[in-house]
Amino acid sequence: MSPPVAPPGWSRWLVPPAALSVHLSIGQAYAWSVFKPPLESALGLSGTQSALPFQLGIVMLGLSAAFGGTLVERHGPRWAMTVALICFSSGFLLSALGAAVEQYWLIVFGYGFVGGIGLGIGYISPVSTLMKWFPDRPGMATGIAIMGFGGGALIASPWSAQMLDSFGTDSSGIALAFLVHGLTYAVFMLMGVLLVRVPRPKKGADGAPAPLEGVQVSARSALRTPQFWLLWIVLCMNVTAGIGILEKAAPMITDFFADSSTPVSVTAAAGFVALLSAANMAGRLGWSSASDLIGRKNIYRVYLGVGALMYTLIALFGDASKPLFVLCALVVLSFYGGGFATIPAYLKDLFGTYQVGAIHGRLLTAWSTAGVLGPLIVNWIADRQEEAGHHGADLYGTSFLIMIGLLVVGFVANELVRPVAARHHEPAVQAPKEGTDVVRQQPESA
Amino acid sequence: MSSDSSQSPPDTPDRRPLIAFTWLWVGAPLAYGLYELVRKATQLFTG
Repeated sequence: MSPPVAPPGWSRWLVPPAALSVHLSIGQAYAWSVFKPPLESALGLSGTQSALPFQLGIVMLGLSAAFGGTLVERHGPRWAMTVALICFSSGFLLSALGAAVEQYWLIVFGYGFVGGIGLGIGYISPVSTLMKWFPDRPGMATGIAIMGFGGGALIASPWSAQMLDSFGTDSSGIALAFLVHGLTYAVFMLMGVLLVRVPRPKKGADGAPAPLEGVQVSARSALRTPQFWLLWIVLCMNVTAGIGILEKAAPMITDFFADSSTPVSVTAAAGFVALLSAANMAGRLGWSSASDLIGRKNIYRVYLGVGALMYTLIALFGDASKPLFVLCALVVLSFYGGGFATIPAYLKDLFGTYQVGAIHGRLLTAWSTAGVLGPLIVNWIADRQEEAGHHGADLYGTSFLIMIGLLVVGFVANELVRPVAARHHEPAVQAPKEGTDVVRQQPESA
Repeated sequence: MSSDSSQSPPDTPDRRPLIAFTWLWVGAPLAYGLYELVRKATQLFTG
């Protein structure tokens, strides 16, 4: 499939909705928990078993983004969005079949394995294209798309719950819900597939495509630079710190104020979790857009430096003031979202747009690592503290100190980021012609 | 890059209806999700 080049007069404001139609769909993954209790009762599963499709899906997201990034760069965004549509929707359809015949392995394979490939390819599919359309505001452009990934769960969570209420929570009701999800997401994502376009290549004086401007580094070369690994550390530390709160938000706020005159009810704790989701989403668009104005390095100084300060405030005074606790947690979560949304633009600044989608895909392994690290740290330490007879805010003190340390490590890594050395730069790279791959001009000596 | 892919020739179609439709396509479900979110988030102050 050739990259779809925009016809004359095509507006770049048609590209963010194309990206959003994919990200709002695949963001459903974070609403998987809605299906867990019905699956557990209908198929007699444990909590660990019912989490398997989601966990496999996230693993496949990381793997397919890391290994499929080069294919996405080669074949363009329409090909990638088509693959994402087919895999994500097929995952639901296979799950529908699995639920109908009560074969759970088919749900794990369908949603987790097949759907997970759709998650990874879909996540990186519009990133490079958006930055080519918005070279003046790459942070805002990728912020819109990646905000969509957060927004997907906000839509799916109440929608899926209402559907299960209507269809029933037995295996046939779950099967019907999966079927409707698969078909609806296919139609919704199709708009993105049909709409997405790459910008027309600039022409040089001789009429041939002009070389891409600025530094251009291939995905293969990027892996050999310290800049890639420093950003890997930056992303991993920032995400770990955010997940540290997100993972245990509801029990955390309850524990913090358990001994106060105004303890937090279960309902209020659920409201706190929802508020954190809003901060996460707002941070994706807001902070990422701000990075276009103040620079990528500076915005990560804020995420990591102010993030560490927020954790310090929670650790020192969090149990004394509910508004302070909530405010600090919201700021940390907005930085968590901002960190995700700003990283593609940071990569573009350092490595150019030549293979930035593939480089971004490889960097997302930092997310997978943080997804394991963050919950592990907070849960393990809280359990040990509980065993030692501690309660309330004391359960989390050590975790917060570790999070502050991780954020400082990320801050130092960000400070060490310098422009990529010239030996890693590609020789003049041309923008793609219609229906062709990116062309690399070899130097005469090559 | 300007807001369009190139200098628009005078006979190119008006893209504004398509832009409005596509933003509505993604905006409507997002607005639903945000409404549900706000409804739930207010429980922090009322629950």
